[in-house]
Amino acid sequence: MIYIAILTVAMLIAGVGAYFFRDLIAAVVACAAVSLIASVLFYLLQAPDVAMAEAAIGAGLTTAIFVIAIRKTGRYEK
Amino acid sequence: MRAFVSFSVLALIVVGLALSLSHIPFGNSTANTDRMHVAKYYLNNGVKDTGAPNLVTAVVLDYRALDTLGEVTVLFIASLGLGIFLSWPKKEGSEDDDKRGLPPASLIVRRGSQFLFPLILLFGGYIFLHGHLTPGGGFQGGSVIASAFLLMFLGNTGYRLRQKTLAVTESLAGITFVIIGLIGLGVGGYFLNNFLPKGSVFALFSAGVIPILYAAIGLKVGAELAGIVANMFGSGSEG
Amino acid sequence: MTIGNPMMYVGAVGLIMIGLFTVLSKRNLIKIIVGLTLLDTGVNVLLIAIGYIHNRTAPIVTRTYTDPTKMVDPIPQALVLTAIVIGLGVTALALALAIRVYGHYKTLDTRKIRGLKW
Repeated sequence: MIYIAILTVAMLIAGVGAYFFRDLIAAVVACAAVSLIASVLFYLLQAPDVAMAEAAIGAGLTTAIFVIAIRKTGRYEK
Repeated sequence: MRAFVSFSVLALIVVGLALSLSHIPFGNSTANTDRMHVAKYYLNNGVKDTGAPNLVTAVVLDYRALDTLGEVTVLFIASLGLGIFLSWPKKEGSEDDDKRGLPPASLIVRRGSQFLFPLILLFGGYIFLHGHLTPGGGFQGGSVIASAFLLMFLGNTGYRLRQKTLAVTESLAGITFVIIGLIGLGVGGYFLNNFLPKGSVFALFSAGVIPILYAAIGLKVGAELAGIVANMFGSGSEG
Repeated sequence: MTIGNPMMYVGAVGLIMIGLFTVLSKRNLIKIIVGLTLLDTGVNVLLIAIGYIHNRTAPIVTRTYTDPTKMVDPIPQALVLTAIVIGLGVTALALALAIRVYGHYKTLDTRKIRGLKW
């Protein structure tokens, strides 16, 4: 259960990072870190199905789509 | 003013969530905080009713299969809307992404992605075919298949997907789902009735229509997500 | 077992709050969509945490493990499984809208886009 506490704190730190980063690529990577840690949390909370879906979609495809969209628009938040 | 409004909205939501969550102790199941009234039936009778040892699959594709059909429809509409938004006023020549000065990938990246592509497809197929036995299923397998196409897009400059193949796969999978539901309506009296024999539990070909439905969902989700990725890559930015 | 108790809810609600605050206070459209994704993840974690029960396993029957009174709630897991996939579809649609807005206004700043002020 101590793992859950550590992972939760790491997830919140990554979420705050996603708020503060001016570089949108960095914010998206922090968002992917949140998804990855959430996937580990799902596994620890006895939900392996959800953990697989979150790892494949949240950390993989969502990040890729964000990066493509940022490449088509602007990289820095002014 | 804006910050004040934001903070007051957030404070309101935090207070509401804290008040309601204080009645739901985390990970606790005593007699007076028991919340599993419906789930108890699923846990006790799931394997007997559906033949699927993975009870999440039993809920998704047998007890609540109509909801799953609606969910797949929502995903279809989202991908349709994305296709319309990204391709509607078509600029001439904006289709080609290579003009933005993207250098071709190195030989190792190209050959490596082409070598990994069928293996990832196979893994995705394995995940959705064994969805009723092990963790996994159509949604996870479909997203793994879509990530294989994403790898091809990243590793090979100028890689194109035939939209027609994607559309045909997606439509066939959706039609299969609905037709199986209608056959269940004719045979057993309600939509998506599990009319095939259940077989022996833990065998690959068991649980009646569930593997067929999950394969259809896997192909549909894979085609839709690959179409989303292809649309995001393909359309020009006009910027 | 003791420290994990409120921690999970704090994490999920904190993630929801970060996402909402990003949506409310940022002015870049892509950043707003990042906030929506965070909000989505937070709601999913909250639902799974509500369905969790100590000392029980995942709701999957095996040959040696068949006791249904020792499994967690399968319904939130089925719900969240579909919610994640829908989340990706909604995010992709929102990003497509943002790309179209950028193509028309040449900016993603909501202050400079007519009709998106509040």
